Amino acid sequence: MTLMPVSRSTRRVHHTHRTLSSPWATVGALVIAVVWTVPTLGLFISSIRPASQITTSGWWTFFAHPQTTMDNYSATMDFVSSGITVTQALVNSLTITIPATVLPITLALMVAYALAWIDFRGRHVLFVAIFSLQIVPLQMLLVPLLKLYSGGVVIAGTQIIPGFPANSLGSGFAQVWITHAMSALPLATFMFHNALATIPVDIMEAAQIDGAGHGQIFRRLAMPLVLPTIASYAIFQFLWVWNDLLVATIFTSGRNAPVTKILADLSGVYGQQWYLLTAGTFVAIVVPLIVFFALQRFFVRGLLAGSTKG
Amino acid sequence: MQAFFSWLAGLPQLVQIPVVVAAFLAVVGIVVFLTEVAPRPGRAYTWVRLGIAIGVPVLTLAVLGLERQVLWVYLLVALLGAGLFWLDTRSKKGRGRRIQVALFISPALFFLIIGLVWPTIRTVVFAFMDKTGTQFVGLKNFVWVFSSGSSGGLTSLLNTIVWVIVAPVLATVVGLLYALWVDRSRAEKLLKVLIFMPMAISFVGASIIFKFFYDYRQGNQIGLVNQLVLLVGGTPVNWLQNYPVNMFLMIGILIWSQTGFAMVVLSAAIKSVPADLIEAAEIDGASALRRFLHVIIPTIRPTIIVVWVTISIMSLKVYDIVSVTTGGFNNTSVLGYEMVRQFSLFPPQTGHSAALAMLIFILVIPFIAYNAHSLTKGDR
Repeated sequence: MTLMPVSRSTRRVHHTHRTLSSPWATVGALVIAVVWTVPTLGLFISSIRPASQITTSGWWTFFAHPQTTMDNYSATMDFVSSGITVTQALVNSLTITIPATVLPITLALMVAYALAWIDFRGRHVLFVAIFSLQIVPLQMLLVPLLKLYSGGVVIAGTQIIPGFPANSLGSGFAQVWITHAMSALPLATFMFHNALATIPVDIMEAAQIDGAGHGQIFRRLAMPLVLPTIASYAIFQFLWVWNDLLVATIFTSGRNAPVTKILADLSGVYGQQWYLLTAGTFVAIVVPLIVFFALQRFFVRGLLAGSTKG
Repeated sequence: MQAFFSWLAGLPQLVQIPVVVAAFLAVVGIVVFLTEVAPRPGRAYTWVRLGIAIGVPVLTLAVLGLERQVLWVYLLVALLGAGLFWLDTRSKKGRGRRIQVALFISPALFFLIIGLVWPTIRTVVFAFMDKTGTQFVGLKNFVWVFSSGSSGGLTSLLNTIVWVIVAPVLATVVGLLYALWVDRSRAEKLLKVLIFMPMAISFVGASIIFKFFYDYRQGNQIGLVNQLVLLVGGTPVNWLQNYPVNMFLMIGILIWSQTGFAMVVLSAAIKSVPADLIEAAEIDGASALRRFLHVIIPTIRPTIIVVWVTISIMSLKVYDIVSVTTGGFNNTSVLGYEMVRQFSLFPPQTGHSAALAMLIFILVIPFIAYNAHSLTKGDR
């Protein structure tokens, strides 16, 4: 959202707070940890119990009579909702998420580079303008964007750019990619600008003296130097797009729906079919959890650099 | 462009990903190459610059699928390109400079204007129009937002206010206490991951997890909450049907999901509190509680505000949790959900929807302003 005033002091702290040695603190921390974990655990245990048991006895009875099955998962993967299987919905999520992560990062890097290292009139105004666009909530954009995609750009009654043809609306992903990309641009530009601005001037000047143009400096020097920031932002954008429901609800229909939308539909229509919902929730969580655990270092770093989607 | 996307939609799904990414990166590659070429000296490159200044905008229009009939738009864009070329040749800081700037910033600028600025303006206009978006109706939509009853928007506004008051405070407080309690403990890493993990889970997933947790049925309970109620001798309750309990339980889902964020950020802040400050307080005989209240809290205050503001903004815009748990029934609707619902009614209530969106926008502003204010103060 905004920059986070966390100064990472390099000083080694010899002092111990001795907080956990206080028994109340220990109890408090453990209670919170348990409360935070149990709901997920309950759903997970249910997902591996036979379907008939899930709705007739509590998941805590599992420990007394352990009986596991993977049937819920195989049934869920092939379950058809809104014309597609859950497996297909997972593929859709991937198809939506990867381009919707690459697009805004690339565009934002370019504009952020120009704002940070090319001196032109009005660049400060432009930076503040882009930065302040962060405050526009997604809700402000939905309806006009929907009209834009179907109607195109019309100026003074003249069709300038046509909309997406109606037949591709049902199966294409273009609208979802573009919507995610556009709404991510202000924050991405802001973060990349801050990262690029910390590159030492000497390095940039040395490159320029060596005869490198901005295009070359951008590709060979600036981008590699801010790679950790790019990684942090990429994780956030990936998780955000993968977990999104709002954009998916408005801009996908039927065949191109991602797994979040299918899950929301299942929850509404088959609210009592817990074998579907338990297994479905976990297959949807797997991908973000892998990303999360594999790249946790960058994730925390991104958090501290102040990147939560505004 | 339309032809490209239609063709793309016809491809096998997993092939679409590399194709669209490659196509996009190829375009970006060409643009970056042009920025490399533009500032080169020599007469030949003057022609290249002219070609770039006029050719790129005209080609972009053609690719976007400009109708052949509206030639004046092509002419206009070509003239703009020529103007850029002229300015560029007169630039004191070297030729090709302005063309480079234009190449670097215009792709993002194009998307920002088409995709953010223009839609925002349109939504503001829609907020004062009727449901077809053609007839000016003054403040009628806002009167609707503030009118009570099942058809009005007041319930969702009041609920949103409760969300914004409750969720950020609880998530921040729990996150702060937890960060403090696990700080430098033996199992710190593991204990942190347990609280942190929900951040990777979507609101949809979180809502289903908690729907199961809050489940109510005749006979054997399968939801843990009702089982606990039974254990202490109560009667199970249909939690998600009773207002306002259902709303607070839904707020609980947001708190569950965001406490990890608060905890990680605040934990880093606590660790950066200078050790001598705490030692000094200890030597002065301050108790652990006093050290916490008078040393740690004031030092990490700016971070607390940032965390609180971030979660507040999230609470203001919440949509997924309401959509999955109750679908807005039983008085649980909030602004973010009602906005979408009004638009998906038949016929779509575009005016109501736009007014609600604008209200969210207006409510977000003070939080961001306060955040910016406290940050600039912290910088000094």
